[in-house]
Amino acid sequence: MNAPLTAAALAAKDFKSDYKPVWCPGCGDYSVLSAITKALATLGLRPENVAVISGIGCSSRIPAYTTCYGFHGVHGRALPAATGLKAARPDLTVLVASGDGDGYSIGGNHFLHACRRNVDLTYIVMDNHVYGMTKGQPSPTTEPDWSSKLAPGGTGLREFHPLVIALASGANYIARGFSGDPNGCAALIAEAVRHPGFSFVEILSPCVTFRPEQREWKQAVRPSPVAPTDDPARAARRLMTDDGFNLGVLYKGSRPPFAGEPAAPTHAVQDLEKGFEL
Amino acid sequence: MSARSPAAAQAYDYAEFMARAYAIELEATERYAQFAEQMEAHNNPEVAALFRKLSGFEALHAKRILGEMGWVDMPALPPPLAWEGGGEGPETAPFEALHYLMQPYHALELALRCELQALEYFEGIAKRDVPAQVKAAALDMAAEERLHAALIRDWMQRVPPPAEGWDEDPDPPRMNE
Amino acid sequence: MRRTVSAALAGSGGAGVMTAGNMLLEAAAAAGYYGLMTRTSGPQIRGGEAAAMVRVATFPTDAQDDRFDILAAIDWQNVHRFASELPLGAHSVVLGDPAQGEPPEVFLKTGARFLPVPLKKIAAAIPGAWPNMVALGVLAGLMGLPPEALERAARKSMKKGLEAGLAAAREGMVQASTFPEESLFRLDKRPQDRKRWLVTGNEAAGYGALRGGVRFVAAYPITPATELLEWLSPALAKVGGTLVQAEDELASINMALGASYGGVPALTATSGPGLSLMSEALGLGVAAEIPVVVVDVMRTGPSTGIATKSEQADLDIALHGLHGDAPHVVVAPNSVADCVAATEWAVGLAESLQVPALVLSDQYFGQARAVVDAPRSERFALKRLVAELKEREAAGDQEEKESKEKSYNRYAITPSGVSPMAIPGTPGCRYTADGLEHNEKGTPSSQAGDHLAQMDKRARKLSQLDPGEHWASIEGEGDTAVVTFGSCTGPVREAMARAGWKAKLVSLRLLSPAQPERLAKALAGVKRVLVVEQNHSGQFLRYLRADYDLPGEVKSLRRPGPLPFRPEEILQSLQAWEAA
Repeated sequence: MNAPLTAAALAAKDFKSDYKPVWCPGCGDYSVLSAITKALATLGLRPENVAVISGIGCSSRIPAYTTCYGFHGVHGRALPAATGLKAARPDLTVLVASGDGDGYSIGGNHFLHACRRNVDLTYIVMDNHVYGMTKGQPSPTTEPDWSSKLAPGGTGLREFHPLVIALASGANYIARGFSGDPNGCAALIAEAVRHPGFSFVEILSPCVTFRPEQREWKQAVRPSPVAPTDDPARAARRLMTDDGFNLGVLYKGSRPPFAGEPAAPTHAVQDLEKGFEL
Repeated sequence: MSARSPAAAQAYDYAEFMARAYAIELEATERYAQFAEQMEAHNNPEVAALFRKLSGFEALHAKRILGEMGWVDMPALPPPLAWEGGGEGPETAPFEALHYLMQPYHALELALRCELQALEYFEGIAKRDVPAQVKAAALDMAAEERLHAALIRDWMQRVPPPAEGWDEDPDPPRMNE
Repeated sequence: MRRTVSAALAGSGGAGVMTAGNMLLEAAAAAGYYGLMTRTSGPQIRGGEAAAMVRVATFPTDAQDDRFDILAAIDWQNVHRFASELPLGAHSVVLGDPAQGEPPEVFLKTGARFLPVPLKKIAAAIPGAWPNMVALGVLAGLMGLPPEALERAARKSMKKGLEAGLAAAREGMVQASTFPEESLFRLDKRPQDRKRWLVTGNEAAGYGALRGGVRFVAAYPITPATELLEWLSPALAKVGGTLVQAEDELASINMALGASYGGVPALTATSGPGLSLMSEALGLGVAAEIPVVVVDVMRTGPSTGIATKSEQADLDIALHGLHGDAPHVVVAPNSVADCVAATEWAVGLAESLQVPALVLSDQYFGQARAVVDAPRSERFALKRLVAELKEREAAGDQEEKESKEKSYNRYAITPSGVSPMAIPGTPGCRYTADGLEHNEKGTPSSQAGDHLAQMDKRARKLSQLDPGEHWASIEGEGDTAVVTFGSCTGPVREAMARAGWKAKLVSLRLLSPAQPERLAKALAGVKRVLVVEQNHSGQFLRYLRADYDLPGEVKSLRRPGPLPFRPEEILQSLQAWEAA
């Protein structure tokens, strides 16, 4: 029963690099990093066959903290970069890491189309309801009454509901985790990677520096009272009454993933000249 | 979430129990080591050294289990990453407990909590309907954790309690990107 | 007998002038001639006024002639709007249907003669025939194209109504033979048989990309680049590549970078507005040293500008549009056929230098359909330098692999500036590509030493490039030189040919990295330099003044789009100057 692990299987620590994260101690992103490494180890993947793509923000620092291939791109454009990579290299496992600002504000448009396109990616958004890297501005998921320098008294804007948007746009797997439960997140991430098509895992990840009150999230979260559904209509009804603290897999669809894989060549490049020849 | 199974009335066999005990110590070892790294990166060397020490203690305990069982390498860890009651291993300190300005006292407070959680875990198993060998081992582990807790309490007497305003930093947070 | 004849066919929506114009070009091609077709139209999606402009010649050319010999119209509605694009002269002829009234004054003022041809009446007499086919026949007849060539062209493009169409075209040819002017526009005998293509600049650039090894394309439609992407879509599938349509240009450039990061040469195509959106991600390509090619099919700017017209006004942003010091490659094809080689070269440069490369094509090239000599195949030996775990290391133990990993420096400082790039999937050399400044390993760094070292590295990659003879087209000899790039090259070449090549043409193909020593050598002994470009502010002149030394006297011949330069105006500029 206790067979030693074979040389081929790696442990979570093999997916964590030597780089010391710059995140504030207490940041939820440490748990997410731990969860990702555990998930990748559980899946039996090798780091060189995994790519982690990110944009800009605290969460987006994550690629270099893993031993996978990393791509730290520009603000809001992680999803298209990941889409290009996966379409050109379907053999790789591609994870995309983002935050609520990077992913839902500047990256909002790409989010819609990534869900719609249903490329086989796993999108992990570390949501702390604030722009952390730039010192505390409201993000699309910030509460309307949260006061900040840019919006004293609060924005007064209704928060963005990413899970609803993901469902409406065609994501194939929708889940929510909480950084206070790294193992739970690891399980969600592992399942998300296994699930074909575009898998979206939003992880509530408190910002200890700019939103210290998010310590209370520990009390607010709860496991979802219902099992995951594959019926978009049922999922939609649930999500419209979701208060943002239900954890678990909310939707697991069966749409076939984006068939963008290159087909085997049938012509040599030179054959194309026939179309021009007189 | 469904991945978290409630405390099951599982009857572990001895080897499975020891594998779990090993996993508990190993996770605690790695977690304290990560904490030490975070403290080093944030220029808090005193607490970093403290976490390194704690990590060392856990490592010793883990090594002892390996020795006792005659395991050369790590045993297969219990899937699917779930612990009874959910969350991480009972002796694993949560990431959210850290603060870049935390004092040695805080670190020890945290460690004490972990030891007491582990103690509770092992005592809980000993109270259940488990094979005798498992019960004995659980009680052994519990005793070990009780000892650690006492050592930490003692240690806490020797470090100053955190001063008023220990978490005050006149400099505002910095933007990096 | 004429070496070249230019005809324009105008009419409103439904008249089918584009179809007829295309057939005329195809007929000329089938008859063994060279030629090209460009087009102009009103803003309507359908039903608007339009004109097809066809030039036929016994020599390869992609310039428009000084003026049109024949302007034919199915109807005259709003055709006067194109007047500046349809210059006529005293020897030109205006063909119109008398039923449509007099041609607009602006055309007759030029001294051109009006030849009434009852196109509608002739077509009506043939069941199922259209006036545009009659007009086609008239034009083909005037040019002296053999009927078989016209028939071949019609068979190729007409799906239905072929017989009626052929009958109408034959009638048109008969009409042409009755004109007193009938021999005025007859073409000289066809040139010697050479392997030729009928191709647009957009198709040529797409093909060049595939020849260069591109197998991933991200596409967002924009006039006038869309056809390039649409040509690539089925072509890529045939050669084992992929095209993904993006939601916007921000997505398309980032998709291309992602694919390239994965080891697959990647490209996207756009025009000015799209290139502006792409500038941030292009900077990422420079900083993270990821190869990528962007074809900018330039159109009239600024902002939305005139989407359907050409201009050479993106030079500034192509060269300097990235924030920070971000050296990268800029290449400019200088003929429709050259779109193949220039794009292929750009791919090779991007891959071998691990840097973004921009190809400055333009609407004129992109959408002109030309008969060209089949471009000869360049053999660029330009490949990506890839980090590989050597076999011995691969077979080694885990510890050895890990130490190899720790020693892999993606951005290692090397003499050439090029450092081996690890491709995902390769064990032992994982790294994170980063837009943040970094050290040799790729770790983000704010240290002065690292920034300087990496800046030097990225600059050195380009400065040590030896482009060989590809950097420019240099033709002719003389103490006057014309320096230009892109689509101005065609009319300059023709002007030089008329003047017996007694002046020198230098058409730059490599705009970045600049080649000041090479230009100085090419202009040795030159006393007068005429800089020709199609933009308002003189972007190319400023570029030359900034990065090169120009000898002697320098003059600028420039204007913004949409009107192309005509050989005659260039010749006049040169002659006036030399005389002065």
